[in-house]
Amino acid sequence: MATVSLTVNGKAVTANIDPRTLLVQFLRENLRLTGTHVGCDTSQCGACLVHLDGKAVKSCTTLAVSVDGASVTTIEGLASGDTLHPMQEAFREHHGLQCGFCTPGMIMSAVDMVNRRGHQLDEKTIREDLDGNICRCTGYHNIVKAIAAGAEAMGKGAAPARQAAE
Amino acid sequence: MSATGIGAAVRRKEDHRFITGQGRYTDDVNRPGQAHAYFLRSPHAHAKIKSIDTKAAAGMPGVLGIFTGDDLATDKIGGLICGWMIHNKDGSPMRAGPHPALAQGKVRYVGDHVAVVVAETLAQARDAAEAIAVDYQELPAVVDTAKAIGAKTVVHDEAPDNSVFNWHLGDKDATEKAFKAARHVTKIDLVNNRLVPNAMEPRAAVGDYDAGDGIFTLYTTSQNPHVARLVLSAFIGIAPENKLRVIAPDVGGGFGSKIFIYAEETVCVWAAKKVGRPVKWTADRTEAFLSDAHGRDHVTHAELATDAEGKILGMKVKTTANLGAYLSTFSSSVPTYLYAPLLSGQYDIPAIYCEVDAVYTNTAPVDAYRGAGRPEATFVVERLIEVTARQLGKDPAKFRMQNYIKKFPHQTPVIMMYDTGNYSASLKKALEMIDYKGLGKRKRDSARAGKLRGIGFSSYIEACGIAPSAAVGSLGAGVGLWESAEVRVNPVGTVEVLTGSHSHGQGHETTFAQLVSDRLGIPIDNVSIIHGDTDKVQMGMGTYGSRSGAVGMSAIFKALDKVIAKGKKVAAHVLEADEADIDFADGHFAVKGTDRKLDFGSCALQAYVAHKFNGQELEPGLKEGAFYDPTNFTFPAGVHICEVEIDPETGVTRIERWAAVDDFGNVINPMIVEGQVHGGIAQGVGQALLEGARYNADGQLVTASFMDYTMPRADDLPSFDVGMTVTPCPSNPLGIKGCGEAGAIASPPAVINAITDALGHEDIAMPATPQAVWRAAQKSISRQAAE
Repeated sequence: MATVSLTVNGKAVTANIDPRTLLVQFLRENLRLTGTHVGCDTSQCGACLVHLDGKAVKSCTTLAVSVDGASVTTIEGLASGDTLHPMQEAFREHHGLQCGFCTPGMIMSAVDMVNRRGHQLDEKTIREDLDGNICRCTGYHNIVKAIAAGAEAMGKGAAPARQAAE
Repeated sequence: MSATGIGAAVRRKEDHRFITGQGRYTDDVNRPGQAHAYFLRSPHAHAKIKSIDTKAAAGMPGVLGIFTGDDLATDKIGGLICGWMIHNKDGSPMRAGPHPALAQGKVRYVGDHVAVVVAETLAQARDAAEAIAVDYQELPAVVDTAKAIGAKTVVHDEAPDNSVFNWHLGDKDATEKAFKAARHVTKIDLVNNRLVPNAMEPRAAVGDYDAGDGIFTLYTTSQNPHVARLVLSAFIGIAPENKLRVIAPDVGGGFGSKIFIYAEETVCVWAAKKVGRPVKWTADRTEAFLSDAHGRDHVTHAELATDAEGKILGMKVKTTANLGAYLSTFSSSVPTYLYAPLLSGQYDIPAIYCEVDAVYTNTAPVDAYRGAGRPEATFVVERLIEVTARQLGKDPAKFRMQNYIKKFPHQTPVIMMYDTGNYSASLKKALEMIDYKGLGKRKRDSARAGKLRGIGFSSYIEACGIAPSAAVGSLGAGVGLWESAEVRVNPVGTVEVLTGSHSHGQGHETTFAQLVSDRLGIPIDNVSIIHGDTDKVQMGMGTYGSRSGAVGMSAIFKALDKVIAKGKKVAAHVLEADEADIDFADGHFAVKGTDRKLDFGSCALQAYVAHKFNGQELEPGLKEGAFYDPTNFTFPAGVHICEVEIDPETGVTRIERWAAVDDFGNVINPMIVEGQVHGGIAQGVGQALLEGARYNADGQLVTASFMDYTMPRADDLPSFDVGMTVTPCPSNPLGIKGCGEAGAIASPPAVINAITDALGHEDIAMPATPQAVWRAAQKSISRQAAE
């Protein structure tokens, strides 16, 4: 067994775990944060995407012990209380989701994209940058629209403090 | 139209939980004391199992139980079933081999289920599975669809030549006669590539057993939990229906692959009682590739006969369909009654004859995948039409227009009675949207840049709203395909609708609520849609075949009519008027010609307190149920036009424009309908350009992860220009035709027709990968040089 200490969505957590525990297993099974999903096990689909110290990682291929001491933000930690993050709001407004399974990873990836590439994202940029996330339902059409709108909304200062801190 | 009623682009009620990570999928379900299952799968495509030694594995840490096919047989757990009987041309029934949930004596495809280990943790179950010693005697595998019949290797003794059935539809003599009279005959050979559905949520199951009451509960990734319960009870023998609860909570996409009743959920729910603990299994992606039912996999020769004016006289189709190693739940219906009846397309074709050989191979079972038979039919029809237009030197749009069915109802020579449509209207609109007139200039511009530009049409039709129960029964279905609904009005006027439809991305919680809000004149927030739990919802048939709008909502409509009728009786007492004088509109029961009225919520309260009427003459309460059986299939149809530009240097095909015009009849929520179209197109483009499940000659699936099987990604696709025309469906009260599969049905031929237009020859198969297109483009270039 190994001890791992993380800050997850602003809360400190410490646990004794099997050293082969993946970060996504730790989030889902130990912390019951089931919003982060496993879609492929091979870092391809992005359903497991979370922010690690403010940067996007695929938690299905990250050992929990390898990120000891880090700060993790999952989809459950994105909103500020009852106020949705502008990217969450944009996905709803633009029908950027259908079955919802890839959605947490998509939203976390989109926020990361804005953090890296700014608030004015054109379609080509979004499509190229999104190639680490797979959606089977939407054909990406509305996801692209949602990300462009969400990015712009984040630029208007609507982003919660946690994102700014990252 | 109200802001939340029929026709409004209402934002989805279900989204809040999904965008905040609060969705509840099967793998999110955790039961107290839960153990984990791991399936030991066959590494061989075909082998006899000489022995299975589980002794060493049974002693491994955390192991609670290891079970094989013998254990299932001992408990009299039956095999998996195929619920659609197809008869051969000679009238004899199809030849079906047994389909045990865990192998008995033989494995027939890589991924076939050999044993299950149940342990405290998944890691322990996996470790123990590695310690199981299986002595296999390997056998040669038959993999190739076209070579299965008569192959030396026999998959099932029950089908000695690997033929499941040899079936036909249409009038052979009339078709031969039409071909004899033809001026021109077009002949094509097609492969409809095998696909893996790949819903983003892998299949999962949690089995639970309550020893106190003797009740099993199964949480499962199902599109039709009641059908799962029926099959698990009546055929497999897990438990009587009243002792088995099936819950399909949030389901992360289905596309057909979650219709079927699989080995894993069967074993998990059974094993829960064996080990006395809840048992969870979740597929990893490679397990999904290996064991989810695949789609398509047809090899077809087709011919089209035309007269001197280009009028179509007849069509002949000969298809071999690969059904894999076992017959999945509805597999036999896909290359037969979901396929051949659509071969008339949108065209007036006097004579059609189709012959289908369904074959066993040592590959994963093949069953319905988005469109199910109709994409295969549309690919045949629209490739034939396009190639014929080219061979006749006719404009492909004009050739289609010339041959469209223009009068309705129209009886095709292959069962279907098309009720309504306006195919020319969709084509004209699509031509405008894609700027067909400007195509010549765009082609010249591409040529100047060293690129090849092409345009491809697809005039598709599908049969949805599946389906009139008596009709499908006469064709071999083991079930009826009606739908049920129950509308429970609460005493304060809020409403719960329990539906037999199941939402796994379609947005039923919103569209169904829109219907209720519209009909009852109450706020949409006062309506909750409940589905996916056999303990809550009466028997229902589930969601597939674009049926939830046309059939599921029609059942709700029917139940709402009953609620309104009952409400009128209550209101008549309260308003002291004759029932015949009560009107219901805008959420109020009102006495004709007066200002006396009662709002819906007050009426509900009056129904429950029952103070104003005699409870012996009028039952208290306000709750009504309905079963709706469709009177016909519905026939969504439309035109998709794809414009591509190919870089002959790299073989990369870029989709430059996409115009889709669909006639889905009346639309409840255009935002959701457009979303369905987008997603369908993406899956069809995936089939045309990227996706293909490949087995090697030994029967190993070499495309078994997202690193090997190319899923469409955002940068493979354009934005889509989506438009609609409307001819309301006459066979259901809402005029809905259905929209779920259209994009996947329409798009593959549109893409291939565009690529072949760009290439100037027809020699390209799906998926048209850059490598394949590059080779084909070199052929185009060398031909041009030769000219």
